[in-house]
Amino acid sequence: MNLQELNGKLSQIKDKLIAIEQKTDKRIFLSCEAEDAYAVNKFLFEDAGCRFVIATGIDSDDCFEVLYHFAYDQLGCVITLKAFIRDRQSPAIESIAPFLPAAEWIEREIHDLFGIDFKNHPNLRRLILSDDWPQGVYPLRKEVKK
Amino acid sequence: MKQILRKPVLAVGPIHPLQEEMEFYQLTVDGEKVTDIDVRISYNHRGIEKISESLQFDQVPFLVSRVCGICSASHPLAYVQAVEELAGVKPPERALYVRTIINELERIHSHILWAGLAGHFIGYDTVFMWAWKYREPVLDLLEEIAGNRNQYGNVKVGGCREDVPDELKPKILNEMDKLEKKMNMLVNAVLDDPILHARLKGVGVLTREAGIKYAVTGPTARASGIAIDVRRDDPYAAYDDLDWNVITQPEGDVFAKVVVRLLEVLESIKIVKQGVKKLPGGPITTEVKEIPAGEAVGHAEAPRGETFHYVRSDGGNRPVRHKIRAPSYVNVPSFKASCIGANIADVTITLAAVDPCYSCTERLAVVDRHGSILQDYEALLALSRQKTERIKKEIDTPELKMEDV
Repeated sequence: MNLQELNGKLSQIKDKLIAIEQKTDKRIFLSCEAEDAYAVNKFLFEDAGCRFVIATGIDSDDCFEVLYHFAYDQLGCVITLKAFIRDRQSPAIESIAPFLPAAEWIEREIHDLFGIDFKNHPNLRRLILSDDWPQGVYPLRKEVKK
Repeated sequence: MKQILRKPVLAVGPIHPLQEEMEFYQLTVDGEKVTDIDVRISYNHRGIEKISESLQFDQVPFLVSRVCGICSASHPLAYVQAVEELAGVKPPERALYVRTIINELERIHSHILWAGLAGHFIGYDTVFMWAWKYREPVLDLLEEIAGNRNQYGNVKVGGCREDVPDELKPKILNEMDKLEKKMNMLVNAVLDDPILHARLKGVGVLTREAGIKYAVTGPTARASGIAIDVRRDDPYAAYDDLDWNVITQPEGDVFAKVVVRLLEVLESIKIVKQGVKKLPGGPITTEVKEIPAGEAVGHAEAPRGETFHYVRSDGGNRPVRHKIRAPSYVNVPSFKASCIGANIADVTITLAAVDPCYSCTERLAVVDRHGSILQDYEALLALSRQKTERIKKEIDTPELKMEDV
């Protein structure tokens, strides 16, 4: 697949996305709402043949973001899918670990550090925080002091 | 009453007996067969991503080089590439070559270190002694260039801090020639050894399909026939200008991983030699004014695989979010695919074969007493003497005077 074909492929899921931003030939940023993230991730991994790199949780001012980074190695292209979780009280998003075991650890980590619930995760216990860490304190949220 | 059947669990860790790092494998076993594996990590969590948000952009490379001692060139490089992308800065050509040379020297010493440890793990200590002996001169070269055997602290946004001095070029070429001969000998000795074939072939197989599902990177992926390498796929530093090959093996077993790493050392030697010969003149750093708001990703091929950094800036002088993904973070979970069904004796070497690095995986133990000194030298010395006195009393040793010795 060349870049044009990759772009063509990505436009197949246009209706689920808020924006497609191609910063350079090798960096593409997609964004979507949390509800659509599962479908877009599944498409990127299974149909577009991208390699999952990692996910990043971010505490933005008005919402939480989960960024899913994928790589399309034939082109050396990094595709980042930004999913917005608008509900700050009980943030939740569908887990992608059932079809992508590589995401199991990072979803557990984001759950530890941001308190985002990953629905249907096979095993959402603590990964990074120790067992005696207090419940309900999420170290990477902005209200926690540096 | 219903009887609860408990399956026996074999604990390896929390301090690994051979790797001497904090990691905890719980192997569920049925006789000698491993039926399930659970990995517990984070005994070494240091909160680096959180600390990074409190540092300025040009301080972060020193922090991320401490994510891992061995990958102390590739982590800062991936970070710096992300920030350079954000700021639209292109470092001078000489800096790109210096980065390439340091990163390849790092790969050489890391792969040789692993080869030695792998030999040690299967009780083949000759390989261990040889390999570590050959590694020494590489560390000495790094010390001459960057001032340290590890922790080079050499990249910065917009270039490098230390140059490869022109008068050092003949020495680097000479050492690389010597190392090439020794490595050829070691590679042939290892690849022709019937004992190693018998011990490592068909052991701990990670199939291509499982490799893709677990998204493994680096030599772990390349030994399962997944031909990915950031240096070739998304070229950075000077890799595009140089002539080298990506090494792959289709088998996916431990032996394939040995082959990939050893042959990669020879490729890296090729890269270092070309880099030194082609090293262009000019400055090694360019001025960076300010980092605009925005986000960028940077990745680099560390010895163990792809290191990935995501940086977001709000236009201030500190990153608002900095995500680090070390290669072992995706390589270690693949044990679920490569260890289940194997014998316990084979699992020990399979666990070592991805060259796991826990420091990297956890990234995160800072002891910050706000600069206050808890025990000074005198107090520690007194404590140590007290302890010696106590032990002497306990085991009832006679007082020894210097004259008696």
